[in-house]
Amino acid sequence: MSDHAHPNPHAKDHHDEHGGSHGSMRDYVIGFLLSVILTAIPFWLVMTHAIADKGTTAIVIMAFAIVQIVVHMIYFLHMNTKSEGGWTVMALIFTIIIVVIALSGSLWVMHHLNTNMMPMVHDMGQLP
Amino acid sequence: MTASTMDTMTNATAHVASPEQRTAAFYELEPHHHPEGASTMLGFWIYLMSDCLIFAMLFAAYGVLGGNFAAGPGPKDLFELPLIALNTAMLLFSSITYGFAMLVMEKGNVRATQAWLLVTAVFGACFLAIELYEFSHLIHEGAGPWRSGFLTAFFSLVGTHGLHVTFGLVWLFTLVIQLSQKGLTQANKRRLQCLSLFWHFLDVIWIGVFTFVYLMGMI
Repeated sequence: MSDHAHPNPHAKDHHDEHGGSHGSMRDYVIGFLLSVILTAIPFWLVMTHAIADKGTTAIVIMAFAIVQIVVHMIYFLHMNTKSEGGWTVMALIFTIIIVVIALSGSLWVMHHLNTNMMPMVHDMGQLP
Repeated sequence: MTASTMDTMTNATAHVASPEQRTAAFYELEPHHHPEGASTMLGFWIYLMSDCLIFAMLFAAYGVLGGNFAAGPGPKDLFELPLIALNTAMLLFSSITYGFAMLVMEKGNVRATQAWLLVTAVFGACFLAIELYEFSHLIHEGAGPWRSGFLTAFFSLVGTHGLHVTFGLVWLFTLVIQLSQKGLTQANKRRLQCLSLFWHFLDVIWIGVFTFVYLMGMI
């Protein structure tokens, strides 16, 4: 990172030495309460079968998981676009892209392998 | 390019600026000082992101193999959601108590920091105990990692998370001892902040585990 932002090397010692923000009591309590709610609802949905359709339930609990991950990122991991000059966010975005490619690619390819390359019974008779 | 043409070119531009001067105009040649540990948090964050990739691979393996039961037991025969809910609560409580440890650390209170860290350790140990109980229960029922592709992927994913929590606990106890030896020095604060990221990160991974493995399996 450029030195121009801190022409005086000692200036950095005075303000926050890690560049990241620290949470307050309020942040942690809000994060905790949101997490409890966002955890309890999907468990309740699955345990009581509140939504009859399985596909809908799956989409709803995945949405809750994504929201809860964002809540954890903001309130517990104190992510913001300014910490470390934006490099933490850059690393996070890069990781998310890789994770999405790896997960969707693996599931997609392996699903097609499983469904299209299954040895069929009527094909078995034609084997030499 | 021969050595003689190199010399000619260097001589030709020498009256403008020497190569050193030109280099100095573009790059910082003087080593400049960073305060100790200034890049630790970013470096640790990048480690966490690479750890995230490890878990992504394990999730992908579970997504691919999760339906291969080899005529053995499936999620609905094995998982007990109330136990998982309790487990999730333990990890969530340990997250907020670690947050409290960070808040009293900011105030410079060594004893309170150690106390909150130990409370965190208790919740973390409860989480591990419940997980080990679940694993031993599964293995006792004959549903060990060798039983089917589904169980291999399940034990690798959940087991890797459990191992992370175990090492987090080892780290936590090390820091409690460090705090009583050296107090809240700048280095110890930095270590506590790294462990804070690690601990909350494990909770984020657990959201994925209980959603994709346990809840999706029980729908």
